[in-house]
Amino acid sequence: MSAAEAGLMACGHCGQIMEHRDGPIACPRCGGSVRPRKPASLSRTWALLLTAIILYVPANLLPIMETSSLLVTSRDTIIGGVVYFWHSGSPGLAALIFSVSILVPVLKMCILAILALTVQFGWPLDRRQCITLFHVIEFVGRWSMLDVFVVALMVGLVRFKGLAVIEAGPGAIAFGLVVALTMLATHSFDPRLIWDSPRRALG
Amino acid sequence: MNHLCACPHCDALHRRPALRRGEKALCVRCGSVLVRRHRLAPDHILALVVAAVMVFAIANAFPIVDLRIQGLRGGTTLSGAVAALWSEGRQPMAMLVCATTQVFPLLDLGCMLALLLTASRPGRPAWFGPLLRFVQEMRPWGMVEVFMLGVVVSLVKLSGMATILPGKALLAFALLTVLMAAILSFHPHQLWNEPEHE
Ligand SMILES: [Zn+2]
Repeated sequence: MSAAEAGLMACGHCGQIMEHRDGPIACPRCGGSVRPRKPASLSRTWALLLTAIILYVPANLLPIMETSSLLVTSRDTIIGGVVYFWHSGSPGLAALIFSVSILVPVLKMCILAILALTVQFGWPLDRRQCITLFHVIEFVGRWSMLDVFVVALMVGLVRFKGLAVIEAGPGAIAFGLVVALTMLATHSFDPRLIWDSPRRALG
Repeated sequence: MNHLCACPHCDALHRRPALRRGEKALCVRCGSVLVRRHRLAPDHILALVVAAVMVFAIANAFPIVDLRIQGLRGGTTLSGAVAALWSEGRQPMAMLVCATTQVFPLLDLGCMLALLLTASRPGRPAWFGPLLRFVQEMRPWGMVEVFMLGVVVSLVKLSGMATILPGKALLAFALLTVLMAAILSFHPHQLWNEPEHE
């Protein structure tokens, strides 16, 4: 039996159980505002997720880093960085950057979209597996920030006037925003909604 | 209703389990962690937090690496890297890096210090609840461990073009990553279930 079916609800901040009310009330233990479910969870998730998907295009097409040395100026995109490591004899690092910068963000946006669609249209997916997927995207999301930190460090480290200078490209901020937006979208999604609708598949 | 608890991920209602240190209870319906109790007592976590604050100061005060290219020397502290981003017109990115690697981890440590100091005393102050909620909200945004991996990747990338000497802060960041991992595994809301005085 769920807490809602028992006429109860739990404080999302401290876990205290109290009687179910529709409007927000203050938790008697921690003082936080409590609602049975996160407010406007689905529409917030969709808004943040769609913004992230749109920003993902410039994040990949625009350069994240511009290196100018005496002779040449080169612009690196995210996939360019992966190719660079692959050819320079670090296939492990190439695989790492490919995973956190390309695989993880794409998978995360797909999974979140599937979870939101499951709730929206009552797709008969296995609920337990949905929750596992939710835990996975909650855990891996932050690691996608890796490339943003690499660019920041390179910019700070390589400042040799006249010899070599590295600057951050506009793709880096777009990518940072994609990561932040997908983290916010995951946070807005209330996984309890997956269990609220009656469904054919049993969890 | 203190004998009950609900799964935060599927809302299933459970009888609140009595856990010993290091134990966790799983939800029977969805399999998520329902409640956990950390292996270390709040006092031990407090010691880790104090250590982490000191290591944090060292990590930010010294250069992460020294670079040498054709007789020229360069090096940067973390705040130096943020300042470089800012001065070249990448303010949003500078703020993003500064927030995730400095502001949020430091706020997390500061708040944990205040919470752990008062948690075991009888009668919790009025700011205890709001501060605890604040830590939980901002915790996902501190990314010290991701930054540490970024340092490693940058060093490999630069090793082709320059001579690299590890700076004092590099070791400090490595140590901070380990300390933060231990501190972050203590979810602050378990403080609600700690007895007010043991
Ligand atoms: Zn559950």
